[in-house]
Amino acid sequence: MLRLASKRVLEIAARDGATRPAQVLPRLYHERVIEHYDKPLNVGSFDKNDPAVGTGLVGAPACGDVMKLQIKVDEETGKIVDARFKTFGCGSAIASSSVASEWVKGKQLEEVVTIKNTEIAKYLSLPPVKLHCSMLAEDAIKAAVKDYEAKRTKSNGSSTAEPAEKAAEA
Amino acid sequence: MMASKLLASASSTLRKTLTTKPNPHHLLVRRLSSSSSAAAVAADPAPADSYEDANGITMKGVRISGRPLYLDMQATSPVDPRVLDAMLPYYLSRYGNPHSRTHLYGWESENAVETARSQIAAIIKASPKEIVFTSGATESNNISVKGVMHFYKDKKRHVITTQTEHKCVLDSCRHLQQEGFDVTYLPVGSDGIIDLHALRSAIRPDTGLVSIMAVNNEIGVIQPMEEIGNICKEFKVPFHTDAAQALGKIPIDVEKWNVSLMSLSGHKIYGPKGVGALYMRRRPRIRVEPQMNGGGQERGIRSGTVPTPLVVGFGAACELAMREMEYDEKRIRALQERMLNRIREKLDGVVVNGSEERRYVGNLNLSFAYVEGESLLMGLKEVAVSSGSACTSASLEPSYVLRALGVDEDMAHTSIRFGIGRFTTEAEIDRAVELTVERVEKLREMSPLYEMVKEGINIKDIQWAQH
Repeated sequence: MLRLASKRVLEIAARDGATRPAQVLPRLYHERVIEHYDKPLNVGSFDKNDPAVGTGLVGAPACGDVMKLQIKVDEETGKIVDARFKTFGCGSAIASSSVASEWVKGKQLEEVVTIKNTEIAKYLSLPPVKLHCSMLAEDAIKAAVKDYEAKRTKSNGSSTAEPAEKAAEA
Repeated sequence: MMASKLLASASSTLRKTLTTKPNPHHLLVRRLSSSSSAAAVAADPAPADSYEDANGITMKGVRISGRPLYLDMQATSPVDPRVLDAMLPYYLSRYGNPHSRTHLYGWESENAVETARSQIAAIIKASPKEIVFTSGATESNNISVKGVMHFYKDKKRHVITTQTEHKCVLDSCRHLQQEGFDVTYLPVGSDGIIDLHALRSAIRPDTGLVSIMAVNNEIGVIQPMEEIGNICKEFKVPFHTDAAQALGKIPIDVEKWNVSLMSLSGHKIYGPKGVGALYMRRRPRIRVEPQMNGGGQERGIRSGTVPTPLVVGFGAACELAMREMEYDEKRIRALQERMLNRIREKLDGVVVNGSEERRYVGNLNLSFAYVEGESLLMGLKEVAVSSGSACTSASLEPSYVLRALGVDEDMAHTSIRFGIGRFTTEAEIDRAVELTVERVEKLREMSPLYEMVKEGINIKDIQWAQH
């Protein structure tokens, strides 16, 4: 009888133990990260010499992440009409830049610089080790806006243009 | 409510099987079928496969259409069915403790353990008396590095190892450093091989151990074991080697290599996980301080009951490996060449990490320029491979092995290790090549670095802002 009882307990334990791991396993990537990685939005390049285009290039190959974000701005309204990105980096970096490129579209320049890395990280449920990807995306947006503004100041001829880039333009 | 009903039905089938008394084999079948029928009564599918359904597999948030093809043989290998056949009786009917001296169960288990010991000794050309069973190469490495130094601590205070060793050797060395021992970490060349002159000049009068792995786990390069052994013999320094990745893959001869200690593992050679061995030379005798205290099994070096089925499986795996090493090598070499040639036909900027000549053929560690390794792995979910890069860990550092080779940091971030083994097929290789090429092309399309290079910009000339 004791043997039977212990068998029974074991049976339950075995069954519980077998079903649980599948649920406990942490997700490697949130669905949205995978979605943006598989079908990234706005991949590509604009002509960086176009005065209506601002280019932000941030990160470093040695760190494993490089992001290039480009915005096309309507000069009259100051609105970002289109965006493109290219990213060398992990899936989260690609997803972060894809999200950033989508979010800046249709917004005013002063509006997009308020986009916080935490919003991107929250949207993609990035784990702590991947937070730098969203920070890089925020930096890329800011660098692109800065580049555009520097270009415009230069073409207006007023005052010396700032050497804008965080990471140098080639 | 539902659960209790289930339980009742499950236990009633169980009771039936327990009360009937057919022959043991029959009983087993009945037991197995009863448990599966109990699972079938349950509304959810078979527990272990709950992540698998007709549409594919979902795990850790990743969806795959079927089981990925396996190319990660350096991490672990499947158990050869012939090995499993040898093991099963020792789980089901011959389950005695090999240290029991008073009955048949013990005697037959002891016999099986001793047979396995001879099989393992044979493949490395040692005596069975020189083999100690452990839980795996990590334990063997710990006993070797810490055990030797602790035993000879009064006279010997210095250890020599390499920068590309397995973590468990490096970590054991760090532990020794904390206890006040000196450790020299020899650098390696860009091909991953150590400089013998550097080894010679690193040896001091108080050097108590040289520990250098035979085949590297990440890049597969083979160190010049005989030459290292000769230097150690000349200076009378014990030589330990971690041969977990070498066993059954390249010919091993403890006499030719002049090793005093050698760590071996079962699951890298189609044997079971959780078992390994330590070779310890008898003449001249090498002594270690045990890392585990207990019943004094394995001549007091590794207390704890020897796990008969695992040890039997390890022995069987060694015997198979010895018989089939040449055949496997030939097949795996052909597959490796096929893979490398096909990838190189379709992609530029592909670099083999580590020496191409002095290399175990089943390891192909490649870097794909301008593509980041982790994103490549993420896109290669249908292929089970691993990246040398430790990007998924909190460190975000590229592999220390590749950095030791002096691989550019950006290239160290892009490495993938393809591990080919006994059961890998041509079709698997072709599919892996197809998927890899497709994914690398897609990621390069997305890579700002690739774009710059195509525009003729040298990435190394750019002042990157370091984060």
